[in-house]
Amino acid sequence: MRHSVAHNLDIPMINTASSNKQSEQPQSQTSTPCIAVRDLNFYYGDTQALFDISLDIEAGLVTALIGPSGCGKSTFLRTINRMNDLIAGTRHEGEIVVSGHEIYGKKTDLVSLRKKVGMVFQRSNPFPKSIFENVAYGPKIHGTKNKSRLAEIVEKSLLRADLWHEVKDRLGDSALALSGGQQQRLCIARALAVDPEILLMDEPASALDPRSTAKIENLIAELRGDYTIVIVTHNMQQAGRVSDKTAFFCDGKLVEYGDTEAIFTKPQQQQTEDYIRGRFG
Amino acid sequence: MNSAAKSKGEIAFHLLGIAAVSIALLALCALLIDIISSGYSKVSLDFITSYPSRRPANAGIAAALVGSLYLMLLTACFSLPLGVGAAVYLEEYATENKFSKLIELNIANLAGVPSIIYGILGLQLFVRYANLERSLLAGAFTMSLLILPIIIIASREAIRRVPDSIRQAAFALGATRWEMIRDQVIPAAFPGIMTGCILAFSRAIGETAPLITLGALTYIAFLPDGLLSPFGALPIQAFNWISRPQAAFHDNAAGAIIILLTVLLSMNIIAVVLRGRFQKKFAT
Amino acid sequence: MEQVQTISHAGISLAELKEKCIHAIFLFCGCVSIFTTIGIVLVLALEGAFFFQEVPLTEFLFGTEWTPLFFNKSFGILPLVCGTLLTSAVALCVALPLGLIIAIYLSEFASSRARSVLKPTMEVLAGIPTVVYGYFALLYVTPLLQKIFPELLGFNALSPGLVMGIMILPMVASLSEDAIYAVPGSLRQGAYALGAGKLQTIFGVILPAAFGGIAASFILAMSRAVGETMIVAIAAGQQPQLTLNVFEPVETMTAFIVQVSLGDTPHGTLAYRTIFAVGGALFVLTFLLNSLSLWIRGRYQERYTG
Repeated sequence: MRHSVAHNLDIPMINTASSNKQSEQPQSQTSTPCIAVRDLNFYYGDTQALFDISLDIEAGLVTALIGPSGCGKSTFLRTINRMNDLIAGTRHEGEIVVSGHEIYGKKTDLVSLRKKVGMVFQRSNPFPKSIFENVAYGPKIHGTKNKSRLAEIVEKSLLRADLWHEVKDRLGDSALALSGGQQQRLCIARALAVDPEILLMDEPASALDPRSTAKIENLIAELRGDYTIVIVTHNMQQAGRVSDKTAFFCDGKLVEYGDTEAIFTKPQQQQTEDYIRGRFG
Repeated sequence: MNSAAKSKGEIAFHLLGIAAVSIALLALCALLIDIISSGYSKVSLDFITSYPSRRPANAGIAAALVGSLYLMLLTACFSLPLGVGAAVYLEEYATENKFSKLIELNIANLAGVPSIIYGILGLQLFVRYANLERSLLAGAFTMSLLILPIIIIASREAIRRVPDSIRQAAFALGATRWEMIRDQVIPAAFPGIMTGCILAFSRAIGETAPLITLGALTYIAFLPDGLLSPFGALPIQAFNWISRPQAAFHDNAAGAIIILLTVLLSMNIIAVVLRGRFQKKFAT
Repeated sequence: MEQVQTISHAGISLAELKEKCIHAIFLFCGCVSIFTTIGIVLVLALEGAFFFQEVPLTEFLFGTEWTPLFFNKSFGILPLVCGTLLTSAVALCVALPLGLIIAIYLSEFASSRARSVLKPTMEVLAGIPTVVYGYFALLYVTPLLQKIFPELLGFNALSPGLVMGIMILPMVASLSEDAIYAVPGSLRQGAYALGAGKLQTIFGVILPAAFGGIAASFILAMSRAVGETMIVAIAAGQQPQLTLNVFEPVETMTAFIVQVSLGDTPHGTLAYRTIFAVGGALFVLTFLLNSLSLWIRGRYQERYTG
């Protein structure tokens, strides 16, 4: 059975200009781990990419994954919605529990997992179709057929992704005609349209100019609380600006994980400190 | 001194190249001019709507033209889904292993099998074993097998050009593999697939040898009235007229060839237009 | 490792079943090409077996008389092979040098504007139906050649050979150009850096490096010429004879198959079965050439990508 889309229609819009609210922790959610990872090892063929990763990602918070290139942070991100399955010859050990379900378990339905765990990629990858079609695609494959319902979802999702006012008059235009930053926000809207609980972001701003980056960062701040966000970033300042929690990866191992402020001001591990001070990576 | 000698050699080779190209282009011009000058007086509404006759002046290509168009449409119906399906299988489903390598090698080899061999295959398989006689259906099946490798190769190329990020995006939204293929890959690759397929269909419409082997009839005074009806085809009709001793029939052949080339030209124009649209799609 | 589309093993859901069926359908499409090959081999082998029950293989392969449609039947395929090779040789004499020169010209000399006009025009040559080339050979080229060589007969090996050469020329040019294009720029720059001139670079560095791809295109051209039917059926005649004289009529393997198909030879007779024996020989010959071409190209690609 496919689920109908229950959408967050009642979330008030937060103004872009006044979005710097990271310091307020949503009280009720901090204690429940939304993603629980236990002893995760991951292999590409014979090469081990992740070593004994265990961490709890809390619901409603923004968690940043940082670390030097090739440290496994992207691989880790992609285990959470099992996108790594698409690569031949990968395997894993250990378990990942997403809101109570072991996602590598035998009964896991990948369709409903990915509906629950949305993803935004490093380079914006809109479908070569209209703006409307891009956002409506997710709800459509999950069973929403009603035209006006789809239009409603598209509008809400674009509003949440802070793109609606720029594109509302040209929803039928090709998504490829949008600017890079707009395309990335469209991809966020597309992910939001299936009403996920978790949003994975793989360096979502790395290909964008500073202005577009700022928009994406503001957007992350707005979405915080409603979605559990896990973001991979190369940019230390960005991690500091947008995240509540930070996990530092190095050579496939989780070196340190804690409150962002703590990690950045008084890291417990020498490796973390070296990386944050810019001594390697 | 030395460099001057070198550039002389270069100029000579450049001229040689231009000469070689000119030979090819001259041949093309001679062919077209010869055919048009012999056949243009034949091309008329009468010629297109008349049936074969013993008298060259009365003979026309109605049955052959309609037969060719039916044959192409039917061939398209069979070969398009099969060919695109095979391309999708190889690009989206098959993992790299011995079996997919075998299929690939086999397709490459089939693309080089002479068309008359397909005619022999069709003759035994469809005309005799399947008892389809010398029907439109037998002809279309044979032509489908003949152009299948071309369609598969062209479709694979078009599918391969769809960026992987599109597939990832669809999967990440919870699309199944089939949904991803149906909604994203095939629509994005469609103009490219059609370009390749139209070129393949134009190959089918111009093929003569396999139809001769199948026994397509040259003297047909009626239009095909069903899938199992015997049929004529334009190239067969042209061949028949060429082989006659009377020169008047040769002009009929030229007329038939003009019509055949016109059909091919319009198909190619469609293919070029589609190719342009395809390139635009991923340009931004 | 689980495949993505096989999500769970405990109980198959409807959606999963659908995905599996679709996978199976695509697999079937992929296999049609294999069935085709099997079909060709089976048809030729089965009908050929009947033929070889009555005609010894040695007579077929080494006999020098081919008269299966006459009262005194002989089944030596050599005259047909000879006709095939003769017309093909003429075609290759046109297509290979011209094709290679055009490839070098297009890739190294022509301006990009000239390329953008010439390449599609060459494609037009490749897209013209063979029956049209047959018409051209018989009714234009042969009379033209007869003005130069009065001894040339109405059906001959020369005219269809030349026209066939023009027909396969674009294929040679385009495949050779691909091969030249694939030569890494570093090799080219290396040669120029050593002070080599343009021609020295082309003949000393680029062509040797592209040799595999060019050879593959030549062999493929050979296979095309051997398998070409309509041009030779129309313009070369139907007289199987062992001759190397291009002014005389010959019959190729393909033209013989056309001759039997058009004639009134009753189905099931030995004479009729000859088309399967000849077809089998033709298939084996072209298959070997195609495989050789693919093999060379595969090895050659490895050199620069592996």
